[in-house]
Amino acid sequence: MAQPHLSQPPGDQRELAPQKASGYEALVKEAGDGEKSIELLISGVHCGGCIQKIESALADEKDISAARLNFSTRRLSISWQGENAHANDFVFKIESLGYGVQGFDPALEKLQSREDEKFLLLCMGVAGFAMGNIMLLSVGLWITSAEEMGASTRAFLHWFSALIALPTVLFSGRPFFYSALGALKKGHTNMDVPISLAVILACAMSLHELLTHGEHVYFDSAVMLLFFLLIGRYLDTRARRSARSSATDLLSTLTGFATVIEGDDLHKLPISALRPKMIVRVTTGEKFPADGIIESGQTEIDTSLVTGETLPHAAQEQDTVYAGTLNLSAPVTVRVSKAAEESLLSDIVRLMEKAGQGQARYVRLADKAAKLYTPVVHTLALAAFLLWWPVLGLPWQEALLIAVTVLIITCPCALGLAVPVVQVLATGKLMKESILVKAGDAFERLAGVDTVILDKTGTLTLGRPSLQGVYAPEDLQLAASLAAHSTHPLSQAIAGAYDGPLLEIGTIQEHAGKGLEGIYKKQTIKLGSQSFCGENEKTSDQIELWLKRGEDKPICFTFQDILKEDAKKTVEHLQKSGLDIHLLSGDRQEVVDKIAQEVGITQALGNQKPDEKFAYIETLKSQGKSILMVGDGLNDAPALSLANISMAPGTAIDMAQNAADIVFMGDDLKPVLTAHRTARFSNILVKQNFALAVLYNIIAVPIAFMGLVTPMIAALAMSGSSLIVIANSFRLTKN
Amino acid sequence: MDVLLYLIPVALLLGLIGLGGFIWSLKSGQYEDLDGAARRILSDADEEEMNSD
Repeated sequence: MAQPHLSQPPGDQRELAPQKASGYEALVKEAGDGEKSIELLISGVHCGGCIQKIESALADEKDISAARLNFSTRRLSISWQGENAHANDFVFKIESLGYGVQGFDPALEKLQSREDEKFLLLCMGVAGFAMGNIMLLSVGLWITSAEEMGASTRAFLHWFSALIALPTVLFSGRPFFYSALGALKKGHTNMDVPISLAVILACAMSLHELLTHGEHVYFDSAVMLLFFLLIGRYLDTRARRSARSSATDLLSTLTGFATVIEGDDLHKLPISALRPKMIVRVTTGEKFPADGIIESGQTEIDTSLVTGETLPHAAQEQDTVYAGTLNLSAPVTVRVSKAAEESLLSDIVRLMEKAGQGQARYVRLADKAAKLYTPVVHTLALAAFLLWWPVLGLPWQEALLIAVTVLIITCPCALGLAVPVVQVLATGKLMKESILVKAGDAFERLAGVDTVILDKTGTLTLGRPSLQGVYAPEDLQLAASLAAHSTHPLSQAIAGAYDGPLLEIGTIQEHAGKGLEGIYKKQTIKLGSQSFCGENEKTSDQIELWLKRGEDKPICFTFQDILKEDAKKTVEHLQKSGLDIHLLSGDRQEVVDKIAQEVGITQALGNQKPDEKFAYIETLKSQGKSILMVGDGLNDAPALSLANISMAPGTAIDMAQNAADIVFMGDDLKPVLTAHRTARFSNILVKQNFALAVLYNIIAVPIAFMGLVTPMIAALAMSGSSLIVIANSFRLTKN
Repeated sequence: MDVLLYLIPVALLLGLIGLGGFIWSLKSGQYEDLDGAARRILSDADEEEMNSD
């Protein structure tokens, strides 16, 4: 458990380790008493062992006064006494444990959201306390009459209820009052308007009853209403918070440092300060900070971020490199051609932002319900007042009383709970199946989908080459022994395919873009491209790796990125449930066609660049389609954010995971189906919940309309409707 | 019924103590990392060992 979980292959870490971090002093914050603090974003933390490992390693440092890792947000805050530059030592220490570190600028985070959540929790706690205590008094009031307990005892209980309820309503009602006020000021209404009105009127009416020694007070109903609604509101905020924090993390990923060469001088600059024509040095295992052209050196680049392709590209002088791609095999210097904010990576982020703004226009089901609910309720209350006073000739005070009861009894709490309870239960259910739902309204959007767009590499396929065919055991052993020394994906595939004992191979050299060379039993062993092994290069459809022993004829190993085991079955099931499936890939058309045929997809397009994928979805959306996008690469990121709802496998790059609404773990495609089924079912449940709430209103409102509601009926209706909605939602966990 | 005169305030007081506890736990940040707390409990090392070794 305590093993570090490397996001990079171990070989990369070995090469990275001696390199010391620098530049982090810029992020240090200083408190008045000389205490310094920094916030870092840690990647690769997966379990309790990781927390302990990082925290205890930092506790060894002398100056540190506190180091605490927040597991939920992956943020580590360190505070210490002494130099700002110590921050670099800390980062170095964590990096050498095998975790990824990124500077985190807390200014990027909307602190407000965290405070809001805390405030809601506080309001909820106070309302819960008040509800429990008022119920103690109310039960007594309900089960006896004034004659039995005496008018003075009843007055005493009423006064105590008021003592608890009034401060609670003033304190815990604020989230609703503020929101209602805000909406009214802008000239429209929202769900909080009738809620606030009902709570305030219930209290005012009860206060009036109290002062005139009336029979009924409704303090318990008002407080209970607040408590149930706050539960719903809190659950909702939590679901949305997780979505927001991942967006903040994404911004943070783009803040980093680059090593700039000026004459003989090497120094670190923030990536955002890079300008065209600057020369940057990029070491092995580092990401290119900006788009540029290689000045000197040759290396292999992992471009999977941009193109989605698995295999590294060889790159040499004068070749173009893109920001965000990974330098694999040798240090190079790069002349920056575009400032960071104009790089391809930033273009992609911009496309994503554009898509995100479109998404904000989505109207949530709960809001639609509120829009219908508010005018109906207000009209009903007004109708009750007009009916009783001018028409039936009741004194206006009593008519007003009936109108207010109608407002209270319409049970907005069942409506308020209908969506969040289902959301939280569905999220929890999927979490158990290793599917993480990040957006609060993901289920609603997923349930309404009619078109699914799949990426190929890493989504339909495993996203890594696997060895095909049968080979002589001694050849495989030799190749694997040599390959074990390299981090190249093909080397790792061949090493992974062999599980016997490895041979001892001497003087191993890695030639960037060509292959590996070593000596075994005084023979030179070569593993690499066809030309590297002395054959003429022939183009081939397959991915190949050649092994040459001494002067023997080289042996060819072939690889293929194979389909996920359940890909065909999942696609079939998705098609059966009435979904239209498309395949979009950055790979060549022939390869895409072949895969599409294998899994039974008719619409397949190859050679798709990030902006083309984006445009494809835009076109489909303009035709009124509702789209689920499943993808894993940076090239999919804009498409992921544009689609109505998106999913990414856990093997996807951080940015794709950040852009996606749902992330699933494991080598299967089935989670797409599971999530879709759960979403459909939870959408049915939500609609049932709304129906139940409406049903309650149909029963309770006429009673209130006739002026027959006592506080007990109000309380029963309120908690009864909430409990039934919650019970109905729990059917999700059984299914 | 006289017993209510002090039983109810006592009940209220007990409730208030509970509420005070909740507010304290909220202010001291115990709800900020619920997942972390769930995992920390699985680690064998005591808090003190973690800070001193």
